Amino acid sequence: MMIRHAVLQLKPEKGHVQKNIERIGQVLREIRGHRPDVVVLPEAFLSGYFLQGGVREVALTQAELSAAMSALYDSLAWDGPLDVVLGFYEQDSGIYYNSAAYLELGGRGLLNVHRKVFLPTYGVFDEERYISRGNRVEAFDTRFGRVALLICEDFWHSVTGMIAALDGADILYVPSASPARGFAGAEPANVARWKSLTQATAAEHGVYVVLSSLVGLEAGKGLVGGSVITGPEGNLLGAAPVFEEAVLLGDIDLARIAPVRYDNPLLADMEAGMPLLMNDLERVMAGLKVLGKNPRPLHGKELARG
Amino acid sequence: MLKIVEAAPGREVLELNYPLVTDFLTRFIREELGWRGFSRAVVANSGGVDSATTIALTVRALGPENVFTVFMPHAISRPESAEHARLVAEHYGTPYEVVDITPMVEGYAAQTPGITPRRLGNVMARARTIVGFDKGEQYRALHLGTGNKTERLFGYYTWHDVADTGPIAPLGDLYKTQVWGLAEYLGVPEVVRGKPPTADLEAGQTDEGDLGISYRKADVILEHYLKGYPDAYIVGLGYTEAEVARVKSLVNKTHWKRHLPTNAVVSTTAIHEFYLRPLDFRLG
Repeated sequence: MMIRHAVLQLKPEKGHVQKNIERIGQVLREIRGHRPDVVVLPEAFLSGYFLQGGVREVALTQAELSAAMSALYDSLAWDGPLDVVLGFYEQDSGIYYNSAAYLELGGRGLLNVHRKVFLPTYGVFDEERYISRGNRVEAFDTRFGRVALLICEDFWHSVTGMIAALDGADILYVPSASPARGFAGAEPANVARWKSLTQATAAEHGVYVVLSSLVGLEAGKGLVGGSVITGPEGNLLGAAPVFEEAVLLGDIDLARIAPVRYDNPLLADMEAGMPLLMNDLERVMAGLKVLGKNPRPLHGKELARG
Repeated sequence: MLKIVEAAPGREVLELNYPLVTDFLTRFIREELGWRGFSRAVVANSGGVDSATTIALTVRALGPENVFTVFMPHAISRPESAEHARLVAEHYGTPYEVVDITPMVEGYAAQTPGITPRRLGNVMARARTIVGFDKGEQYRALHLGTGNKTERLFGYYTWHDVADTGPIAPLGDLYKTQVWGLAEYLGVPEVVRGKPPTADLEAGQTDEGDLGISYRKADVILEHYLKGYPDAYIVGLGYTEAEVARVKSLVNKTHWKRHLPTNAVVSTTAIHEFYLRPLDFRLG
């Protein structure tokens, strides 16, 4: 069965949650004829990405998000259910997260919320000052198959894709927000990096990767776009342009995963080999905890502490 | 025969893909003006490469009819500045006007016995700020910052001059070397690109004379220093210890100039210290 995907690489209006929800509706009406089964929006699409302390003024609870998206769905008179992946800032009892939701609109509603684990807090990023880390990576079942959500830097660490794939995910949805930097090459350096990451992870585990990347200028920082759909052999099946709004359509065929994994049984190898490495993983992680309490060996250099 | 292949060593690169940079900066100008409610720009046109490059980008972003270029000479300005400012406006097909700031500046100077050339130069630079903002009002436009990254890092400009006060500054993250590369790609006339840069605020002044180092050297040193390479590494690239020290000294004397004024902090809601919102944050 082909699952029709539409990556909505859109530019949000900063801080205007309701307007951004309306914008999703406007684009869905425009692409209705393409009959998407699943639409995938970028990280923090409901508010814009760089908010500093403004996170708490725009964050939604899961119930508020569900209600708003249900109202949107009702206004569309859509033919049948519609699945939506969407990045938003989440509020839960006074704790804030950078989250992504999977909603089956016109059906079971909110199926899963992933809270970003790896919060970039360096360079141009400052997430952990304002929001808290999630602590879960899990696959879940949709009406089409088993999938997982990862947000931006989550995906830059190969362990998250591995956990999701071992948990049975056949599709990884990755909402992201990546400000353009590195203008020496044919495309911004971070776009090239994202493409190679989706190709490496998709090919390692024999999964589809759907990257939905935010666009728009946010106070001089150009969210770069360049969303992609990457197939289980690691082939780029389609890529959206950089810097501008676009809709990337693509059919995902889960029937291809088994033959691809038969050719390259890396996931089966991971299932077999990973338990052999758990002792070492636990050993090095325990060591890190000890080192967290006691400073790392200095190797003759002084620790610079600001 | 054994094939032996050598990998290129990694290195920092200042050279940019200028068509890609142009695409990004034109989007920057359009979008950053757009959400502020503007579709027109004023650019102070000094006849130098920074303002010419800013004009070239802004013409691409907004169309020439929406870019109001203003040349603001003082009696001591070099004659070629006027020629080059006009040449740039004609080259890019923008509106062009001349506002002579001599009466504004000399009106103050006449009341200020003993004013030095350096102080007078600063008065000229800030007189242009007044004109830049007023022309913005006149044309329902914003005036653009034209400063580049090198002069910003060195603090080599008059604080709150017309180049410093534009709310949107397309060249602010480009070293002077990169502005030259971009200017060439955008077809800025060679006579403008090729001349020695000058603030043109005092007789015989050049940037590189004032700074004590060439831009092409300074930019490589800056890029490595900002990225955290130690001095010895930079010296190893072929620069002298004195050049490295000069660059670091200029940067580290002028951090204040790259910030908003300092406010005494007495609460837990002090603006920019505790209460942090990005400048484009707006609730709706």
